[in-house]
Amino acid sequence: MSETAVRFERAAVRLGGQTVWSDVSLTVAPAEFVAVLGPNGAGKSTLIKAILGLLPLSAGTASVLGRRPGEANARIGYLPQRRTFDAGTRIRGLDLVQLGLDGARWGVPIPVGRDRKRTVTRVREAIELVGASAYARRPIGELSGGEQQRLLIAQALVRRPKLLLLDEPLDSLDLPNQAAVAALVQRICQEEQVAVLLVAHDVNPILSYLDGVIYFAGGRAAEGSPEQVITTETLSRLYGAPIEVLQASDGRLVVVGQPEAPFVHGDRHG
Amino acid sequence: MAEAATFQGLSWNPLTDLEQLFAYPFMVHALAAGTIVAVMGGVTGWFMVLRRQTFAGHTLSIIAFPGAAAASLAGLPLAVGYFGFCGLGALTLAGVAGTRKSLSAESAAIGSLQAFALALGFIFVSLYHGVLNSLDSLLFGTFLGITRGQVVVLLAVAAASVALVVGAARPLLFSSVDPDVARAAGVPVRLLGFGFLLVLGLSVAETSQITGALLVFALLVTPAATAHRITSRLGFGMALSVAIALAVTWLGLALAYFSVYPVGFYVTSLSFAVYLLVRFAQA
Repeated sequence: MSETAVRFERAAVRLGGQTVWSDVSLTVAPAEFVAVLGPNGAGKSTLIKAILGLLPLSAGTASVLGRRPGEANARIGYLPQRRTFDAGTRIRGLDLVQLGLDGARWGVPIPVGRDRKRTVTRVREAIELVGASAYARRPIGELSGGEQQRLLIAQALVRRPKLLLLDEPLDSLDLPNQAAVAALVQRICQEEQVAVLLVAHDVNPILSYLDGVIYFAGGRAAEGSPEQVITTETLSRLYGAPIEVLQASDGRLVVVGQPEAPFVHGDRHG
Repeated sequence: MAEAATFQGLSWNPLTDLEQLFAYPFMVHALAAGTIVAVMGGVTGWFMVLRRQTFAGHTLSIIAFPGAAAASLAGLPLAVGYFGFCGLGALTLAGVAGTRKSLSAESAAIGSLQAFALALGFIFVSLYHGVLNSLDSLLFGTFLGITRGQVVVLLAVAAASVALVVGAARPLLFSSVDPDVARAAGVPVRLLGFGFLLVLGLSVAETSQITGALLVFALLVTPAATAHRITSRLGFGMALSVAIALAVTWLGLALAYFSVYPVGFYVTSLSFAVYLLVRFAQA
């Protein structure tokens, strides 16, 4: 039970001849809930793809659940970026969750006997875990963004992964839903003992649930607790430019002076 | 016995009429071919609608037309033209769709291919000089003159295609609704997309031989679209798609037998009627 979920040592990734980031060292412990932050294009999704082995490292080493990237994918739950299903998608949420369990299996899809029972039970458990039982039998296209996101998390969880990679799962949600999904992820993290990497645009709605953050900027990354990383000193060093982190009276963090589009601000949806 | 074998027209006695339907070998062949085509169209159509590839399917059906025309021109069996052109068309579409750079570029490319196919069909028909009096049946279908050999070929191709689709049902479904996650789970998404287009091409080639190239959609899209409207359950939806395709094919063939109008018209109108009925029932 104690193998490190993700470990990168002085890792670098190149995409189309350009270095996305380099000299990145980070460690994610089992059952740790870590947010991946940074401006657009800083390489947050690149990290997720490198962990899945979809992008090779150009330097350094990486291990994922004790294996090389790509070799442990069966024990990783993955939720890619910006996935919503429009009203025309006539698939029940239930079936989508089940695809997470047996979607890669060939053969006639008519399960019988114990196999069938096990599948049905596990799908129901995963749906109950995310609190989606009430609407899992409706076509996924008819559900709200928050409901779809819960079912997608259930799909990622249905194989009992040890590592969950969630790429911007809060992006299309309003603020109360962002906090609710973050609370759900934190609960799953503890109950199921699964490490979670969650790529987020805005740290404020989820700040209180996190164990740590990984912050990408300027081709580098900083890792630590939110209090260590989201500071004037650390971010100025990362960006190589003067950055100021202000704390509002309600605890929200505001980052001022970053060279690219703003990313950490509490009232984007308000 | 001799009496039964003479065509008497619609008697309005269901038993006599049913007996008449099966009295001639050509009609038995037509019903067998229709049944095969309906099952295959129902299954592949269900996936085609789910994958939003109706435009690709439509293009393949247009490609069936020059295929058949070229076969007539070369004096080959029509089936050779249908299968050859639809197979080649599917490979071309897979090449276009495989890149998936942008959806609008993809549909523009498919549209260009479609226009070219139609032009090719008409040039073949013109080159044929003599009156190609089967032009109507190429476009709008026929159930006359289907031989036992044709039925066997239809059955073999359909059985292989349906077996492929059913055997790959889960990965195909996964890669259709959720390609990114499917890829991460080790599903060969591109290969499946490629394989499915090929099966779709074969389906179109089969269906064209009954409904004609222009009316393939009656069996490929409409029953599937109706089934998707009625239910979002997977197995039930696919079964429903097949059931609707079978019902309209059988009824369409029977109506065509007792009248002078082409079978494609009946099959299309019937499946459209079912679709409208379901739409209005749901509204």
